[in-house]
Amino acid sequence: MSTAEIERQWTTRLRKRVAGHLPPEKLLPDTQPAYVSSWIYVFGVTTIAALTMVILSGIILAIRGPQWWHSSSIGHFINSTHLWSVEIFFFAMIVHLWGKFFMAAWRGGRSLTWVTGVVTFLASVGTAFTGYVSQTNFDSQWISTQAKDGINATGVGSIFNVLNLGQMLMWHIVLLPLAAVLLTTIHVLLVRVKGVVPPFEDEKGATK
Amino acid sequence: MAYLWSLAALIPLNNYGHYIHWGVIDVSVANFIVVVLMILTFIAALFLPFPGRNRRKENQ
Ligand code: HEM
Repeated sequence: MSTAEIERQWTTRLRKRVAGHLPPEKLLPDTQPAYVSSWIYVFGVTTIAALTMVILSGIILAIRGPQWWHSSSIGHFINSTHLWSVEIFFFAMIVHLWGKFFMAAWRGGRSLTWVTGVVTFLASVGTAFTGYVSQTNFDSQWISTQAKDGINATGVGSIFNVLNLGQMLMWHIVLLPLAAVLLTTIHVLLVRVKGVVPPFEDEKGATK
Repeated sequence: MAYLWSLAALIPLNNYGHYIHWGVIDVSVANFIVVVLMILTFIAALFLPFPGRNRRKENQ
């Protein structure tokens, strides 16, 4: 194979692109700028930690199923772990997003980081909602019958039926978690590519 | 285990929820408490010193 041909291969091109945008020392940096030593920067990784717990406890719930999580004490415990990890997940995500909002962290070509954050938030709300209606108890019946009129009024009800437990469970344990994890991965990789946004006064051209 | 059950009795959950009505704002007390906790956490995150900050400055 000639050098020109090798250069044209998609594997070669992709490798060069990744290496250019995200060399290992940018992907897994050993230091961060001094302004990052503040508690406000802890909430992104807290969100990741909570998301990890949500997924791990969710996997156990999926393995054992509803009869188990409704009737055994370990089932109740894992069910509660799942719920409370979700509470921490949203709590941390919202403090994180307030922090990024007041830093205007979309500056300097970081708009995609912000936008992937927004979409992850929406996907997470959908995941939580389909989770509430997948509990298989009176609470989930109440929530789905309350929600159906609102959802149907938007027209979405023709393809997304909140009274269809099978469909809601699929969205909750396959489609939406997949989207949330994928989006989170892109979000964090974008932060690595761009580096943490500098404070306003450190921006290029700002008067000190 | 028994003492855990008595802890649960501190917050009776078998009643109607409590709601705050304030003009157009309508929020359950539980959700309101979570919102207040988020605001307090946000303020604390801005003002509490981050451990190791001084150590890092000395190294520079
Ligand atoms: C699953 C939810 C989310 C996770 C796991 C997550 C995680 C992270 C992490 C680990 C960082 C790196 C630095 C830091 O923590 O400050 C970050 C940065 C950032 N996040 Fe998120 N985030 C999430 C949701 C959001 C949301 C909802 C928004 C806003 C709508 C957002 C906006 C941003 C922005 C703009 C940055 C870049 C900051 C910079 O470049 O300095 N994130 N995120």
